[in-house]
Amino acid sequence: MTKVTYIDASGVSREVEAQVGATVMETALRNSVPGIEAECGGACACATCHVYVSDEWTEIVGKPSQMEEDMLDFAADVRPNSRLSCQIKVTEALDGLVVTTPAKQG
Amino acid sequence: MSEIIRTDAIIVGAGPVGLFAVFELGLLDIKAHVIDILPKIGGQCAELYPEKPIYDIPGFPIVTGQELVDNLNRQIHPFAPTFHLGEMVEAFEALGTADKPLFRLTTDAGTVLEAKVVVIAAGGGSFQPKRPPTPGVEAYEGSSVFYAVRKMEHFRGRRVLIAGGGDSALDWVLNLHPIASRVTLVHRRDEFRAAPHSVNAMRALVAEKKMDLAIAQLVGLKGADGQLSAVTVRGADQTTFDLECDDLLAFYGLTMKLGPIAHWGLNLHENLIPTDTEKFETNVPGIFAVGDIITYPGKLKLILSGFHEVALAAQRAHHYVYPDKKLLFQYTTSSTSLQRKLGVS
Repeated sequence: MTKVTYIDASGVSREVEAQVGATVMETALRNSVPGIEAECGGACACATCHVYVSDEWTEIVGKPSQMEEDMLDFAADVRPNSRLSCQIKVTEALDGLVVTTPAKQG
Repeated sequence: MSEIIRTDAIIVGAGPVGLFAVFELGLLDIKAHVIDILPKIGGQCAELYPEKPIYDIPGFPIVTGQELVDNLNRQIHPFAPTFHLGEMVEAFEALGTADKPLFRLTTDAGTVLEAKVVVIAAGGGSFQPKRPPTPGVEAYEGSSVFYAVRKMEHFRGRRVLIAGGGDSALDWVLNLHPIASRVTLVHRRDEFRAAPHSVNAMRALVAEKKMDLAIAQLVGLKGADGQLSAVTVRGADQTTFDLECDDLLAFYGLTMKLGPIAHWGLNLHENLIPTDTEKFETNVPGIFAVGDIITYPGKLKLILSGFHEVALAAQRAHHYVYPDKKLLFQYTTSSTSLQRKLGVS
C-alpha cells in the first residue's frame, strides 16, 4: 500500500493510505486530514490545498506546472518546495511521501 | 432611493443553477431578475473552471464549464431575464406576509428590486477578494488597504504598494503611477501572469526609475489608526525588510464567502441553508434556495441536483406569484403553450 504522511503546522504527523492515481489533495480529504481546504475541488483554481514537499521528496515529486505556479501566487508563504496538492498524483514512486501543510491556506 | 424595479422573482446567483432557475420559472410565466457579484454570468463554472471538462451533466458526455454556461444562456434567452452583474445584495427586507410574501433587495450599486419570491442560488457564496496573508490586515481595510480601486483620486500624491502579478495588479500599476507619488509593485517571483504588454510597460517604468519592483512576499503591516506606514516583506533570499507606503492595493484572487445572506433571517447550518425537499423553500415562506448553498438529508453538491431543485421550487413559486391560478403540469415536447413561451411553436 502506498502511504502519504501529512505534517500540520503544529508538527502533528498523520500517515494515511493513498490510492495510486488519486491526488495528494483528494487523499487528505478522504482521510479527514486537516490543513487542506481545496475550495475549488481540485481545479487548480484556488490555492487552498498548498503543501510543502519535504526536502528528500522535492526532486521525485517534481516542479509545479506553469498554471500551478501562477496559482501559487495566491497562496501565503510560498517557498521553493511549495506545491498545490491537487496537482500531485500519487504513484508507487511516491510511497512514503511526506508533505507539510502551511499555517494558513489562501 | 433609486426607482424600485418590480418583478416576480429575484434570483441571487448567476451560476448554472441560477441560470436554469430562469428557465423553470419562465415556463411558469414567472419573470426573473438575476443578481451576481461577478461581472459575468456562470458563477464557479465561468470563474474557476471555464476550460475544465464536466462529465456528469445528463445528455452531455463532456462539456466545459464555459460551454455549459453558454448553452444555459441560450436556453433561457426566450425568457429575457434581466441581469444585474457586478452587484452584491446588501440589504434585504421582508415586506409581505407568509401567504403573500414580498421582498425588497438593495444591491451595493443602489439597485432596488421588489419581488414576490426570491431564489437563492448562491453556490459557495459570493466571490470576494482574498485577504493578503498578513496578520491584522482588517484594521486597515477601507482606509489604507484596498482590494479594488473605487476612486483613483484617493491615491493622488500617496506612496502606493501594489501586490500581485496578474492583470489587475499590473493595470493599476500603470494607471496609478502618474497619480501616486510613488508606486511599488511587490510580487513573489520575477514572472507575471499579466498580459505581456502590461509587463513590458511596467519593466520600462522600472528601468527609467519611475517606479519600484520588489520580488518578495508580504509578511506584516506597520502603522496605526488604520493608516499604514510600511509593509514588511520577505525577499527570495529569506531576508525581511520594510517597504514604506501609505496604501496597499492587494490582488490575491477571489475566495467564496456566504456574505450578507447570513443576515437575512434564514436558518443556517454550517453556513448552508436548510430546505425541504419538496419545494426547496427555506424557513421564510417565499424564499427558496437551490444548488450548492443548501443542505438536506442526502444532498449532493452536483449541478444536476441543482437543476432538479429549481424545477420543484418553481412549482411552489407559482403559487405565490399567481395565487389564483391553477398550475397544470406540462411537457415542453407536447404543450403548445410552453412551446409558445419558448418561441418555437
